[in-house]
Amino acid sequence: MSKPNQRQIVLVAIFAFLAIMPLWIRVYQAEVLIILFINIILAVSFYIIAQSGEWSLGHAVMMGVGAYSSALFTSRLGIPIYASIPIAAAVAAGIGRLISYPLVRMTGFGFFIGSFAAGEAIRLTWVRMRVPFGGVRGLINIPTPETISMAGIAVDFSRTTPYYLVTLGVMAVCLFFMYRIDKSRLGDTFRAIHSDPDLAESTGINITYNRNLAFMIGSLFAGIAGALLVHRLGAVDPRTFSITTMLYLLVWVVVGGTGSFISPIIGVSVMTAVFEGARGLAEWRPFVFGAILVVVLIFLPGGLGSLIPKIQERYKKRRKPGTG
Amino acid sequence: MEFGLLLQTAANAGILTCIYALVAVGMAIVFGVMKMANMAHGEFVMVGAYCVWLLYAVSGWPFPAAVIGAIAIVAALGLGVERAIFRPLRGQVVIGYIATAGLMFMMQVGVGRIWGVGRPETVPTYLVGSVEFLGTIVGAQRLIVVPAAVAALSLLWFFLYRAKAGRALRAVAQDPEAAALQGININRMTALAMGLGGAFAGLAGGLMAQMYPVTPYMGAHVILIAFIIIIVGGLGSIMGAVIASVIFGFLYTFVTTALDGVLANIIGVIVMLVVLAIRPKGLLGSVKA
Repeated sequence: MSKPNQRQIVLVAIFAFLAIMPLWIRVYQAEVLIILFINIILAVSFYIIAQSGEWSLGHAVMMGVGAYSSALFTSRLGIPIYASIPIAAAVAAGIGRLISYPLVRMTGFGFFIGSFAAGEAIRLTWVRMRVPFGGVRGLINIPTPETISMAGIAVDFSRTTPYYLVTLGVMAVCLFFMYRIDKSRLGDTFRAIHSDPDLAESTGINITYNRNLAFMIGSLFAGIAGALLVHRLGAVDPRTFSITTMLYLLVWVVVGGTGSFISPIIGVSVMTAVFEGARGLAEWRPFVFGAILVVVLIFLPGGLGSLIPKIQERYKKRRKPGTG
Repeated sequence: MEFGLLLQTAANAGILTCIYALVAVGMAIVFGVMKMANMAHGEFVMVGAYCVWLLYAVSGWPFPAAVIGAIAIVAALGLGVERAIFRPLRGQVVIGYIATAGLMFMMQVGVGRIWGVGRPETVPTYLVGSVEFLGTIVGAQRLIVVPAAVAALSLLWFFLYRAKAGRALRAVAQDPEAAALQGININRMTALAMGLGGAFAGLAGGLMAQMYPVTPYMGAHVILIAFIIIIVGGLGSIMGAVIASVIFGFLYTFVTTALDGVLANIIGVIVMLVVLAIRPKGLLGSVKA
């Protein structure tokens, strides 16, 4: 059994490489990577919900719930950031549970539109209520992480490199938990509900309970992503979580695919690279993203992630020409 | 609310109802036949408005000719989208919907790049003057929406219930397989549905061009309300869409006048959510959302 070991070594190597990257990359590149790590958490949390068969159009708003909660806890109640991020995640999970109550009654198209409606209801509440959400302009002066002194060394976590490492660490922890959920009995249960609800129910799976649970877990991690984002940006407004953001999330997931755990991560990474590479296109970028969405859905419905097994197969055949 | 304001608000609500009905009915036709929603429908409306601006305000065509031009162009656009996106993705409801979300962004940005984002285009009024009734004043250019909508919906009704192609369209909406067994060409019917949906969007956009500023993002405001209407009315039900248009035309106008627009939107989406959760078929629908 050398394969899992090999995989673990590769993983550790990747994370170690990412951890020492700030030594040579520019500040701007580190900032892009911070946002990429946050988006990876978001995309994988979307993937967890997608395993239960539903695509939530309100997912960007659930990220916003985490962002607004953490912003308010730190700026109004003075809770330290490292405590407010888990609390914000819990709030996002709670709100997720509330809106999944009507949503689990729907499937397919109804769920899609219903989740959009639920998300809009929350987002419009932020727009409408100037207290405490700041209305259209949102909240500003959200505290960034403070300097922590330990053993005579002071680390200012509002600077790029320390925050980069914090985000990397949080992402690693989140991915670890989501991976364990995905590979556990729970992940299999979600997939069973997706592929054949009737059969799943006949084996004793409580469908409503598990769909709620998938939505809650997804919302929890989306909340963490939102809290990480808000303390980097220092400001938040309702437009940050509008349908445009949701479109980007859909593009990542569609380009990557929802077939395996690694797929959405590939999607975000590739599309972030495309996004940065297309900086010269300026205002044409949403057009390019829309076009990519349409083309991938029609010609590569499984996303880039669906190519991995095919590539592996070809690679194996080449290595063992006699057995192929 | 005093009587004068009440009457004025009711008149505004009636006009808004007609706009909503034109947009939502176009969407309901498409959904009824293909069981797929077109998220770019709002952008079809926007393109219709730009057509009227180009033909009437810039090129100097007579206004009715410009509106007919807009109907034709957007109907053609609908046919193109059916061929390029809906046909390859038939049967995959959510995937098709996401693909049209991509189309929505392509159209918004494409139009914005060609004609500019910052400055809304204005279309000069076609009918100058206003109509006064019991102290309520309604501009004539807004009032023409009412006969136009009534005429378009009557024509549609006549087509669906009296013409052969209209009956075929309803047959496909009810049961595609049985319709195909009767020798009805499904591809032709889905194309017809998208063409009709596009024509209604073009008409709605053409009429809106002289009431609202014409911008690349004007469709995004309409689409949310149109979705609420077709879901509350019952997906794919044209009569349901009309009834729900009346309900929401009045609800939105009165809440906006009495309180504010954001609250009207919140109430709208909450009503939709409640309908989806309690009665997914909507008021008159036969399909579960």
